[in-house]
Amino acid sequence: MKNKYSIFSLVKNAFSYHENWEKAWKDPEPKKEYDAVIVGGGGHGLATAYYLAKKHNIKNIAVVEKGWIGGGNTGRNTTIIRSNYLWDASAGLYDHALKIWESLSQELNYNVMFSQRGVMNLAHNLQDVRDLKRRTHANRLNGIDAIYLNTEQVKKFCPIINTSQDIRYPVLGGTLQRRAGTARHDAVAWGYARGADEMGVDIIQNCEVKGIKRNGDSVEGIETTKGFIKTKKVGVVAAGHSSVIANMAGLKLPLESKPLQALVSEPVKPIIDTVVMSNAVHAYVSQSDKGELVIGAGTDDYVSYSQKGSHDIVEGTLNAILELYPIFSRMRMLRQWGGIVDICPDASPIISKTSIKGLYFNCGWGTGGFKATPGSGDLFAHTIANDEPHKLNAAFNLNRFVSGDLVDEHGAAAVAH
Amino acid sequence: MFLINCPFCGEREQSEFKAGGEAHIVRPKQPTELSDDEWAEYLFMRKNIKGIQFERWNHVHGCRKWFNMVRDTSNDQIKAVYKMGEKPPVK
Repeated sequence: MKNKYSIFSLVKNAFSYHENWEKAWKDPEPKKEYDAVIVGGGGHGLATAYYLAKKHNIKNIAVVEKGWIGGGNTGRNTTIIRSNYLWDASAGLYDHALKIWESLSQELNYNVMFSQRGVMNLAHNLQDVRDLKRRTHANRLNGIDAIYLNTEQVKKFCPIINTSQDIRYPVLGGTLQRRAGTARHDAVAWGYARGADEMGVDIIQNCEVKGIKRNGDSVEGIETTKGFIKTKKVGVVAAGHSSVIANMAGLKLPLESKPLQALVSEPVKPIIDTVVMSNAVHAYVSQSDKGELVIGAGTDDYVSYSQKGSHDIVEGTLNAILELYPIFSRMRMLRQWGGIVDICPDASPIISKTSIKGLYFNCGWGTGGFKATPGSGDLFAHTIANDEPHKLNAAFNLNRFVSGDLVDEHGAAAVAH
Repeated sequence: MFLINCPFCGEREQSEFKAGGEAHIVRPKQPTELSDDEWAEYLFMRKNIKGIQFERWNHVHGCRKWFNMVRDTSNDQIKAVYKMGEKPPVK
């Protein structure tokens, strides 16, 4: 049993100069065999292991991670959380996650700094207005909080936005989901890792998967840089590298991996207390607790695993940001980075069984996976434990690309993919 | 960001081009006779290779012509460019 984090443990550890905190997770060598192995130690993978152990009573689990936990897209995203998706299947999936977010810090005894500061999506042309109104109605029918704002209400909610009608893409209105917001991305990975470790999950870092061993149509184990690990169930949550792992098992996925960039500014005093996203001009911005503006750019249109994107993508995003927020014109940017996102043709994820028994994939989250972390882990754990999808992820199966029953969220996503 | 040697215009910035995805996916000769699985394979399934990949590009802000490229997707190094209809150079 781990020591509970609390104000008392903080005070107690202060007396020993914070040098005697218990390790949040162990650093074990892999055992020879596990009941289930999760490939990928990001938020989704660690959450999957956590819920497998907690809700499905599978304790002999390993999470193998080629780098360090939370070092991939979990640590590279812009931490936006919302559930205002158009289609019923997506609304169910993302709102399931949002509901878990609301009590996650308490459940994990780890402050994930979930902040329901609201997410506002802007409309810049007549079609945007129609689309956003339609989405607001769809959201409300699905029990998701959403309101439509006119230009004055947008200005009132976020005064630094330039609502002049003379700019190239004037703000004509917007939607607001007040339950939406942000969370601390590293804390999500660390909190789930700590919780999973406590229930006996082995978190094995610096362990890259090199092959998937099959016996006919079922999985026998995985080859890794730390040797062979025998297991009958492999859950792959490898984000941009999903196709690479699938290829090891002789599968092809409907994914393309592309660089997605983000950047942060120098820290300043509080200036924007919400998240504002704009699809038409592709700009979204929020402010971290440290005071940095967190800005998300778009994806490059070519396949790349290089974890760096093109400069013109950043330039385009900053042009849009400056037109919408002239107040930022003299701010300096501190850091810029890229992550590799796995994009599905319908911009919806895959949480699914495969044609190989015991091999499961959770991928295709594209540019918007962070928000779904807790729900994704919960539903993927259910799928792995029962060898059947939960009703909330049934629509997100691999077979939809054969049946044609796609969940097309291109038009409804808050930013263009 | 990298430079691309367009087979028609010469070396230009990548931002002048549009990536067109995996190359050499052959359009089905008899679309009416395709099964759902074959359609899925043709329309959606991609190799998405980490390493040497064959792909299509369009010089959309230049000559607007399509051509093929061999590129290492792990570091964005271009190995070869060749015109549509030409045989891909051996790796």
